[in-house]
Amino acid sequence: MKNMIVSLFLIILTGTARVEAHAFLKEAEPSVGCTVPSSPNEVRIRFTENIEPAFSSIQVFDSSGKEMDKRDVHLDRSDRALLHVSLPRLGPGTYKVVWRVVSVDTHVTNGNFTFRVTR
Amino acid sequence: MKHLPLVFWLVCALCHFCATSQTYAHGFAGARFFPATLSSDDPFVADELSLPTVSTIRTPDDGGTRQTDISVDIAKRITPQLGIEIGETLTALNPHEGRAANGFGNLELAGKYQFLKNDAHEAIASLGLGVEVGGTGSSSIGADSFSTWSPGIFFGKGFGDLPEAIRSLKPFAVTGQLGVAIPTSASTRSVTVNDETGEHELEIERHPDVLEWGFALEYSVVYLQSQVQDMHLPAPIDRLIPLVEFALETPLDRGEQGQTTGTINPGVIWAGKYFQIGAEAVIPINERTGTNVGVIAQLHFFLDDLFPHSIGRPLFGGKQ
Repeated sequence: MKNMIVSLFLIILTGTARVEAHAFLKEAEPSVGCTVPSSPNEVRIRFTENIEPAFSSIQVFDSSGKEMDKRDVHLDRSDRALLHVSLPRLGPGTYKVVWRVVSVDTHVTNGNFTFRVTR
Repeated sequence: MKHLPLVFWLVCALCHFCATSQTYAHGFAGARFFPATLSSDDPFVADELSLPTVSTIRTPDDGGTRQTDISVDIAKRITPQLGIEIGETLTALNPHEGRAANGFGNLELAGKYQFLKNDAHEAIASLGLGVEVGGTGSSSIGADSFSTWSPGIFFGKGFGDLPEAIRSLKPFAVTGQLGVAIPTSASTRSVTVNDETGEHELEIERHPDVLEWGFALEYSVVYLQSQVQDMHLPAPIDRLIPLVEFALETPLDRGEQGQTTGTINPGVIWAGKYFQIGAEAVIPINERTGTNVGVIAQLHFFLDDLFPHSIGRPLFGGKQ
């Protein structure tokens, strides 16, 4: 018990441990809840942890529930915490982004947000 | 009463075989992260360590007594849905008049079964059974010589499924608990000597069954930023969860029924990757509880994030 507590404090204080955690959404493009003037080419989401792409997904739905993305979710080549999915040209409306990711330590998290295209 | 633990474990076993979901993790239901609250038990099972939780408040006992508690709690998942908890508290009592005293309270043990987790509605619920083991603490700080059993139900609900028209309310969530503390002794008899007459007097202290109830209303900036509207808030504000907790107790019998005591605890939690820090004011709801404001603070570690491949995972039946 004593060793465990000491290890805990060392990990936190030094910040050198190779541990991972639950992946939270850090930032997105289009950003969460925003309004964009024209259709974006893709949705990008950067997470707080590195992601296992084989078990992770991003889907984009229109207001009727139809999936609009090109189903080509992929990890960024230089950033293992950044996921992309391509989009066709979107018309005006509100779109819902639904994501589910598995961080490299196998923790599962998910979430969703909307963005609006004006023209 | 003696069959209560057996009934609890049987219910847990039954629920376990009926459960269908396999994706459990600490404090999550869908997109909702429920932080560990400071004053009430959590609605989920987890691998977590609270070290320490420190609280101090002046109670009305003996003309006003400053009570300071320093406690440690560790929770460990046996399976993804079933967990156990162990807690211990060091208490220091400094009365306005009379001698100060300090010592450990009774050992607290608990088992909890998470029987519901609905991702779409951010709902989570557990059944729990706790026991304060009588006679394991110091009598100098008033630790009971008898055990107290506490069955209860714990729940959490995020507001993320609200309509888009009121999306600004989506970051809210509520957690709560409802249980009964059942002492194994109805009363304690003690003989004291009257200072003035020198005669022996028999004192009887009654121990009623107590309804333990409370809830916490939380607003998650984390949820706001990642699910509703990115406000581009900087650190550390982007990880804050302001909340107000209500921790209440109502005796049910033995001459004390209806005499509710409790506190309202407004505060804030900062939740990071591997730990969270929280602090709350402790405001008595009535004079019976006290007239002075106290404070509680906690450092809380997520063992499943710190040690995902060893002590941070269930002993049986789960990768998470």
